[in-house]
Amino acid sequence: MKKLAAVAMCAALCLASVAPVSAADNTVKIGVFEPASGDNGAGGKQETLGIQYANAETPTVEIDGVEYDVELVIVDNESSTEKAPTAASELVSQGVSVVLGSYGSGVSIAASDIFAEAGIPVIGVTCTNPQVTEGNTHYFRICFLDPFQGTVLANFASESFEATKAYVLTKLGDDYSVGLGYYFEQAFEELGGEVISDTFPEGTADFTSYITTAINEGVDVIFAPTSTEAAQLIIAAADAQGVQVPLLAGDTWDSNVILNATASTTMSVYVTTFYQEGANEEFDANIKEWINSDSTNLANNGGDDTVAAVTAMGYDAYYVALEALKNAGSTDAAAVNEALWDTTYTGVTGEISFDSENGDAVRDTAYVKIANHETIAWDFVAEQGVG
Amino acid sequence: MLGGCTGCSLLYVKGKILMDFINKNLPYLLAGISVGGQYALIAIGYTMVYGILRLINFAHGDIFMVAALVFVYASASFPLYVSIPLTIVMTVILGFAVERVAYKPLRSAPRMSVMISAIGVSYLLQNLALYVTGGLAQVVPSIPVISDTIKIGSATTKVVTIVTPILTIVLVFVLMQLINHTKIGMAMRAVADDFETSRLMGIKINSVISTTFMIGSFLAAIGALLYFTNYPSVVPTSGAMPGLKAFVAAVFGGIGSIPGAVIGAFIIGICENIIKGLGWTTFSDAFTFALLIVVLLVKPTGLFGEKATDKV
Repeated sequence: MKKLAAVAMCAALCLASVAPVSAADNTVKIGVFEPASGDNGAGGKQETLGIQYANAETPTVEIDGVEYDVELVIVDNESSTEKAPTAASELVSQGVSVVLGSYGSGVSIAASDIFAEAGIPVIGVTCTNPQVTEGNTHYFRICFLDPFQGTVLANFASESFEATKAYVLTKLGDDYSVGLGYYFEQAFEELGGEVISDTFPEGTADFTSYITTAINEGVDVIFAPTSTEAAQLIIAAADAQGVQVPLLAGDTWDSNVILNATASTTMSVYVTTFYQEGANEEFDANIKEWINSDSTNLANNGGDDTVAAVTAMGYDAYYVALEALKNAGSTDAAAVNEALWDTTYTGVTGEISFDSENGDAVRDTAYVKIANHETIAWDFVAEQGVG
Repeated sequence: MLGGCTGCSLLYVKGKILMDFINKNLPYLLAGISVGGQYALIAIGYTMVYGILRLINFAHGDIFMVAALVFVYASASFPLYVSIPLTIVMTVILGFAVERVAYKPLRSAPRMSVMISAIGVSYLLQNLALYVTGGLAQVVPSIPVISDTIKIGSATTKVVTIVTPILTIVLVFVLMQLINHTKIGMAMRAVADDFETSRLMGIKINSVISTTFMIGSFLAAIGALLYFTNYPSVVPTSGAMPGLKAFVAAVFGGIGSIPGAVIGAFIIGICENIIKGLGWTTFSDAFTFALLIVVLLVKPTGLFGEKATDKV
């Protein structure tokens, strides 16, 4: 009898403790898996800003007739493949329903298994390496892929500059950098061009010798898909040696860090990207106002209110996650994962839907932009496909 | 291959090949000399502190990094003629403070404790920098004149490339005069020779050690201003690699010896860039550290080191 009473008491206690929590706690957690420090800190912060802005704009979501508050759980993966699994575990233990991120493919690949084991779906925002989504069912992404981006850049180099010889400079051990360099090389050689490739190790500050090699080889374009940190140094080294040929890079370079680095130089820097500032004026105006309203936001955006493409992508990723939650009709991670396959959304960066094979975004155009030295802004050059 | 040529045209062809060779490789050599001079300025700090305290000051590379950060923030609010002296003064104060806070209380502790304290200071500085910068790379403002581009032969480069080795040699010359011909210099030599005896002889050990750290930090600040003019971006780990390489240079030249550290630094800087020029870019860092191992195995005292070996 005593035992029965004890059990009854326990049950009552449990119910008492659970009931009010579930009643008051109509919260769904979305994990933000982004670098805030390290090599990709600047870009990661801009991507997070887009997510935070979207959250500020739409802080609630209606799932299965119930209004839920959306709580962002933000972790820093430090741009490091060693630290990324720890940051991912932190999100898993916080019980998030879906994760957004990361900027940088290497950390996404490194943390993928942690999310897979926990059964949590992830929406890659700007990780462009194919390996991120290949062979798994929990990693999705809303951006284009490196084989596409590499081919676009190779086509652009060959069509716009009639380039026949390219210098490709990538960072050792960086999946994004090496991968994109490889796809560019493939496409460029297919177009009949010649490629000289070089790699640099982590922590390199002196790019003088690399640029000298490029000049000695007499190349027509330099392609350097690297982090923005290395980019500043590469641009400075190229400018110091009076490089005349255009410098091409991928989506990572679409950042005001690069604009500021090129401002005092004569370099022509071209990038491919997901979003062109000015494509959606209402969005641009609102997010600029939001960024300017808070000094922390302004600092995280690199000190000015340029809208980076990764910010727009982060913004769209948040809404894709909300769509998936609505479609799933539940905050359960497995249900969200299932619902993501059929989720579609029209965002500021265009139509977003996932293919049924890897969960990659269906995208067929990229924007090419050039850094303007006078206005310190990106100028639109062309919309480039692979055709 | 050139068998069919007459003597005259052979000479001409050879001359042309030589000119081509120089034209192609001059930029690598210039980069090497420039970076070598910057390593030298850091290496002197390592070697002087080692000479006097038998301590490898692992925080030295980070003091170099902090100097660059101070310069970034100082230039944001002051003109250059204020921010440059301010950077140097702040770095000197930092070097002094690090010694007083982290090393002086451990003067009678085993040498290993001081070294661990140095590693602690190194990580403390890196993480403070991470906190202050928020993890973002800071763009180091360019200093006029020395960041202008000039043409030397076939190579286009910044003026700082030429200024660095000259300034390094001048500073080393002044430093040698200071050590050999002044009272404080004599005290330094005495302390380096025999710590205990010189203390018994009435030399104020603490002020000698503080002076050593201040000279080391002063040179590191100059080195930082030159280095970051060439590579204008600073992150919290920016000091680690130059610091390590300068340390290797100090060991290579014979730790404790100032001319040794300078020559070692130039050799490492030049070799590193020549290796990159040969196309083995990936191995340039590996070379530096392989050199460290070889030196320790074959000639632990380095090029100009004292005979008695100390375990590092």
